[in-house]
Amino acid sequence: MAIPESHLLVLSLALLTIGVVGVLVRRNVIIILMSIELILNAANLNFVAYSTRWHNLTGQIWGVFNITIAAAEVAVGLAIVISLFRNRETVNVDEMNLMKW
Amino acid sequence: MLSLLYLIPLLPLAGFVINGLLGKRFLSKRAVSVVACGTVLLAFLLSLGAVFSLNNLDSVASVPGHLEVDQAAKRVTLTAAQWLSAGAGANGAAFTIPWGFTLDPLSAVMLLVVTGVGFLIHVYSVGYMAHEEGYWRYFAYLNLFMSMMLTLVLGSSFPVMFVGWEGVGLCSYLLIGFDYHKDSAADAGKKAFLVNRVGDMAFVLAMTWIFTAFGTLGFAEVMSQVGRITPGVAAGIGILLFIGACGKSAQIPLYVWLPDAMAGPTPVSALIHAATMVTAGVYMVCRCSALYLRGPEALMVVAVVGALTALFAATMALRQNDIKKVLAYSTVSQLGYMFLAAGVGAFSAAIFHLMTHAFFKALLFLGSGSVIHAMSGEQDLRKMGGLKKVLRITYPTFLIGTLAIAGIPGFSGFFSKDEILWKAFGHENAHGLGGPVFWLVSVVAAGLTTFYMFRLVFLCFFGEGRMDHETAHHLHESPRTMTVPLIVLAVLSIIGGWVGIPKSLSLGADLNAFEHYLAPVFEPAAEAAGEAAGGLSHGEVAAGAAAHGEGGLGLELLLMALALVVVGSSIALAYRFYRSHPEIPKRLAGAFPTLANLLSNKYYVDELYDLVIIRPYVLACRGFHGFDVRVVDGAVNGVRNVTVGFSHLSRYFDQYVVDGAVNASAHLTRALSLGFRRIQTGMVQGYLSLFVFGIFAFVSFFLFWHR
Repeated sequence: MAIPESHLLVLSLALLTIGVVGVLVRRNVIIILMSIELILNAANLNFVAYSTRWHNLTGQIWGVFNITIAAAEVAVGLAIVISLFRNRETVNVDEMNLMKW
Repeated sequence: MLSLLYLIPLLPLAGFVINGLLGKRFLSKRAVSVVACGTVLLAFLLSLGAVFSLNNLDSVASVPGHLEVDQAAKRVTLTAAQWLSAGAGANGAAFTIPWGFTLDPLSAVMLLVVTGVGFLIHVYSVGYMAHEEGYWRYFAYLNLFMSMMLTLVLGSSFPVMFVGWEGVGLCSYLLIGFDYHKDSAADAGKKAFLVNRVGDMAFVLAMTWIFTAFGTLGFAEVMSQVGRITPGVAAGIGILLFIGACGKSAQIPLYVWLPDAMAGPTPVSALIHAATMVTAGVYMVCRCSALYLRGPEALMVVAVVGALTALFAATMALRQNDIKKVLAYSTVSQLGYMFLAAGVGAFSAAIFHLMTHAFFKALLFLGSGSVIHAMSGEQDLRKMGGLKKVLRITYPTFLIGTLAIAGIPGFSGFFSKDEILWKAFGHENAHGLGGPVFWLVSVVAAGLTTFYMFRLVFLCFFGEGRMDHETAHHLHESPRTMTVPLIVLAVLSIIGGWVGIPKSLSLGADLNAFEHYLAPVFEPAAEAAGEAAGGLSHGEVAAGAAAHGEGGLGLELLLMALALVVVGSSIALAYRFYRSHPEIPKRLAGAFPTLANLLSNKYYVDELYDLVIIRPYVLACRGFHGFDVRVVDGAVNGVRNVTVGFSHLSRYFDQYVVDGAVNASAHLTRALSLGFRRIQTGMVQGYLSLFVFGIFAFVSFFLFWHR
């Protein structure tokens, strides 16, 4: 029983939208990082869906790569957040405006 | 001996170098005087030897390229070194001037006079300058002068003579301004130098003319070829040379420097401004006798200028109160006599008078130096008097000099002056200006000379002393280094004339040894000129005079007696004016104030020169200065101002256009950045919103409109 790819695409779109909205509207850096994970996973879902549709394993392998990169990214991101927290005692992105003109 | 001729000018030069370089620091006064006098004494002894060799010329052989002997002209020419040589001359010959010396009877006489009198004056200077500052400097200059004078006398060509000519001028300048810290002395030195320049310029012009005419400048070559030029050219050259002689020998109109030159030390006045340097002009004219005889017009000029100078300078001396100024004008006057003699063709008489004058005028100057020494530096005759009691050697020697210059028979001046008077009387020329006129002028001048010289003697040595007590207390006879030269010169002033005893006094026997001695020089010259001209020549003049003399022994004696009457009455007049009736001069000055002022102020000639030459010159200088300041400097400043103006413009261009462009781009960038920086909020989510919006926009664009 194959799940129709339209479902997968809709789910993927939903994940993307939730992720994007989360990134844009939340102020907590942790939440923003989690939303980025959602966006990545939406992309992964698309890769896997089209891999099944076209019987091409490249998509699946790409998905595995993406997961690896996401793990690395989270590691780096959390390290920055911790370092930031140690310096400024906040995880609110509105207060991170060092690069403002 | 003759091949050592070159040593004669070289020895004093060595003295100059030694004293000049070492005198100030390393040599004592004694050493300086030994070097200075020693070198001159050696030069004198060498000269004596050379002149003796000249008398035995038969035994001297020529050495080609080195020593040329001309037996006929009794002339020896020594080529010491090659000096100048260049290209090809006017007549195709190369222009070469050897550094050569000529000894003939003419230069032999000069040589002995210069070294002999020069040595005596050196010795005298040792005593006179003993207490002066710059002792070494004085003797260095004096030695340099001797060297240059000997170069002048011995030079075998015009340029070599000119070196000496300029050298003695330089030394004259240096020695007149010896007391350079005194303005009067420094100014007098400058005046002498500048006035001499006028004459020297004429000398140079004459030399160039001679070279264009003859292609050579050697005396012997030129004088033997005078026939090649026209009398007009010869006269032109002669007049130019004479202008040079006028400067050096202080003749009208260039005599003005000589009275001022008395600012120098008295021995210098004696050596340079009486005995030797000032006679260089006479010597030069005589040296060029052939040239002058070829152009009789020039001789005429020489005679007239000489006669006028003799007369006017004598009148100027009448009312001078400075003992040295009287002698200075006297020198000018006596030089006039010499030129008169040369001008009437009696060259040997001119040289004869030159020689006797060197003796007695050096004696008079040295005597006046001794007087000044005794008077503690006072030179004003009005403050002297009665000195004969104190100056027991100076007085008799000075009197001998005075008798000699006055022409008292037996003294040297008598013989030389008488010869000039006689030759002047016998002179005839094409212009109708007869000899008797010259004779009359000369006799009047002789009377004036006697008058002012005896005035000098009476004011100085006779009567009561008019000096102040202090000076009177210090009166003393000079040391022996000064009196011995006086005695020697006094002896020479007496016997110096005995070499030229005129025929009229020797009862027809020919005793004029001096004229015979000089004959080898002047007779060929006259022949060279006479051959070409076929007209007036010295030979004929001499022959005429001789013929004149054959029948005119009585006439000569008569003229001599007339001259003696004039001289004697002048002495009597001077005695009456300044001894027995001292109030007469004042009364006369009161009766003829114009004349008295004219004489006292030397005819205002200095003032005239000041008005005619110096003032216009200074005015012209001011004018040129104004031109410089306004026009030349103005042009330079104008260029500067224009440049500054342009640079201002260029600055504005730089400031507003170039800098403006740069600034404008900066301003534009800034203005743009003011807008764009607004989006740089630092809010990550703001950026992301834009980012997402952008993606949507692009994707939408590609999907729906990009077709």
